[in-house]
Amino acid sequence: MIELFSKLLGLPVLASENGQAVDELIIYIHWLMIALFVGWFGYFVYCLWRFNARRHAKADHHGVRGHMSNYIELAVTVIEVVLLVGFAIPMWIYASDVTKIPNAKDAISIQIVAQQFAWNARYAGKDGKFGQQSMDRVTGDNPFGALAEDPNSKDDVQVLNEMHVPVGKPVICYVSSRDVIHSFKVIALRVTQDAIPGMRIPCWFKPTIVGRYQINCAQLCGNGHSSMAGGTIVVDSQEDYDKWLATKTPGGGSYE
Amino acid sequence: MQATTHTAPHVGDHKPHHEEPGFWSKYIFSTDHKIIGIQYGVTALAFLLFGFCLMLCMRWQIAHPNQVVPLVGPLLDKFLEDGKGGIMTANLYNSFGAMHGTIMVFLAIVPLAFAAFGNYVVPLQIGAPDMAFPRVNMASYQFYVLGGIVMFVSFFIPGGAAQAGWTSYSPLATSIATHGQAFWLIGMVCLINSSLLGAVNFIATIIQLRAPGMTWMRLPFFVWAQFVTAFLLLLAFPPLEAAGVMQLADNLLGTSFFLPTGLAVGGKLADISGGGSPLLWQHLFWFLGHPEVYVLILPGMGIVAEVIANNTRKPLWGYKSLVYSVLAIGFLSFIVWAHHMYLTGMGTKISAFFQTTTMIISIPSVIILTCLFISLWGGSIRFNTPMLFALAFLPMFGIGGLTGLPLGFAAADLHLHDTYYVIAHFHYVVAPGTIFALFAGIYYWFPKMTGRMMNEFWGKVHFWGSFIFMNVVFQPMFFQGMQGMIRRMADGGLNYTSALHPETIGGLSQTMMSLHTVILWGAVGLGLCQIPFIINVFASMKSGRKITSDNPWNATTLEWQTPTPPPHGNFEHAPTIHRDPYDYSVPGAAQDFTPQNQAKP
Repeated sequence: MIELFSKLLGLPVLASENGQAVDELIIYIHWLMIALFVGWFGYFVYCLWRFNARRHAKADHHGVRGHMSNYIELAVTVIEVVLLVGFAIPMWIYASDVTKIPNAKDAISIQIVAQQFAWNARYAGKDGKFGQQSMDRVTGDNPFGALAEDPNSKDDVQVLNEMHVPVGKPVICYVSSRDVIHSFKVIALRVTQDAIPGMRIPCWFKPTIVGRYQINCAQLCGNGHSSMAGGTIVVDSQEDYDKWLATKTPGGGSYE
Repeated sequence: MQATTHTAPHVGDHKPHHEEPGFWSKYIFSTDHKIIGIQYGVTALAFLLFGFCLMLCMRWQIAHPNQVVPLVGPLLDKFLEDGKGGIMTANLYNSFGAMHGTIMVFLAIVPLAFAAFGNYVVPLQIGAPDMAFPRVNMASYQFYVLGGIVMFVSFFIPGGAAQAGWTSYSPLATSIATHGQAFWLIGMVCLINSSLLGAVNFIATIIQLRAPGMTWMRLPFFVWAQFVTAFLLLLAFPPLEAAGVMQLADNLLGTSFFLPTGLAVGGKLADISGGGSPLLWQHLFWFLGHPEVYVLILPGMGIVAEVIANNTRKPLWGYKSLVYSVLAIGFLSFIVWAHHMYLTGMGTKISAFFQTTTMIISIPSVIILTCLFISLWGGSIRFNTPMLFALAFLPMFGIGGLTGLPLGFAAADLHLHDTYYVIAHFHYVVAPGTIFALFAGIYYWFPKMTGRMMNEFWGKVHFWGSFIFMNVVFQPMFFQGMQGMIRRMADGGLNYTSALHPETIGGLSQTMMSLHTVILWGAVGLGLCQIPFIINVFASMKSGRKITSDNPWNATTLEWQTPTPPPHGNFEHAPTIHRDPYDYSVPGAAQDFTPQNQAKP
């Protein structure tokens, strides 16, 4: 059912577990909207026909009278209450699951730093620990400000634009930017997070389909905004992902 | 008029004693609220057209990236640094985008809806001789013109106008090396001052200058809408003015209010002290930005309410609900701003709060719309041009309002944020919403301003053309946005199509890209449909059908109980108010309208 409605609304292909809740919410709300609009519009057109001056030469000073108005007010209130109590409140509980970051132990963690007009990513490497960072160390070659002398950073891996993740496992992205605000958005994975300089904001997704996905920059970031399209998320099988990571040369502060 | 049955003080029985003012003091440096209203109206309509033309260039670029813009290409080439060869570069696209938003919001719609109609109509409707502070009123218009000039000139300075979007997010707004942003900020400070002066004046006028008997619950709904709008402007704009000055300091003086530590633009560490917060700018901007949305829509609702009451020949249904709803919107609009910021990582708890308030504010909006819909029931509906525009407002604003719902939920916003869906949503509110209401107002009050009617036939051509093409322009954007097409792309998302990247999953389809062409020609059609309107305004001013009565629409409100056009001081006799604003079709009355100043038998 959901799939059919998703097609009807024109939602794009869904390739993540977390996106299910997003799509369902969008679909439910659109049903409600369409029901409201059709109701209103039907009434509206009927009024225009019924009370056309040619058909109804003398207006009624009181208009809607008696119980009619009470019913209408009641109906509007009920719809609103359904919207609020029936929708908004359960949806927070439901939707807060969408944004709730899973336990880092069960997930892959990636740091992402956007720049004009590309995406940097940093993996923790074999030890699973990121080396320390400091904003003073941020340079052109070291967008993460990684401290090379920290032993934990010895096996950290940095990549530009192409980031691989394993399928079926939650991925936590810590998103930031080094120059202006960008927004990390992968449409099929239903993940969006503004990349704001000075902040490091976690977001997550759990991919379900192996393949390549373009990273959209969804926030105006300068004259190269529309061509900041070189970033790719590659969802691999676990083996392919391990193989890919093994080919990367670890290094604290510079690209391979 | 039956006003002679009671003893009203005669203020304007004879011509004013002073000399007839010359051209300059009458039309340019006027303190008369009606002239200022018309000044605002004409200037704002000119900016509306200009902002629309910017958009046409952008739509061409989106549909045909990097091809010479037809017709205006030579102008772009000649006058604009970034328009060499008549092609929209990404810089030019971004500056047109930023200025389209700025001009439409701050230089066209707000001045037209609030300042022009408010100035002309409010004092007349409450029975006042003028605004409370006529000179402040003049200063308000002068600040507005100054702001407009600064904004306009910024296109022609080296590097062109501001390029960081109408939202001007730091650090982008600061990191662009040209001075467009500084001009934008200075222009904004002028415009904010203008709005603040106007707001103070409206509040004082409505509180102090109501004619005897004009109690709060006898105010026409339009006056209520303007009253709340004035408070929104007064309370929401100062934070943005402060923020604007701070960003100006970031731009010109090397401060870093909105710039964090570790900023490295172009691979080089920025030479700033850091420690600022880009998020703070967003909070300050949207603290204005959201009430501003209601500044855009409330006067429109007011106009629609007036026109509907008049053309259904019956009172508005639920006048009190309308008033309380508009007041509720006023209060609530100050605590919904961060629903523009769900994706900034400001925290799930705070997102939850703003989701609740956003859902709550939808209640009074729905009540207003419902009252207007129910008002149609039992009426005797006249389908003249103002009424057509006012009626079209209802479903169009309905679409705009309803599509705000999915954006109001953080989880749904995750997918739709910053896509074309958002563009379609707020344009449905403001373009076929507010702008249609403004057209309704122009057709409705034109006879009072000029003593002549506008041509009905061309009015209907204007209406039906605009109605169809508005929908051709904005309806496809919902589908584009639903598929994930991101806004503000200088090439319309060409780099994200599955045609260009067949190896990736979930690229934009060719169908969605070809809708750009539909939208472009829809926009061109929309532009062509404004030609009959422009000609109609000027031709009707000269040779429109002369009205035979001061009250050609048979209306009840006070602005129609004045001579046409109203003289300096407005009323021949200071009016006294005896009844509700919409006493149409009162049972037993001689005619189907009873003016507010007509004494009860």
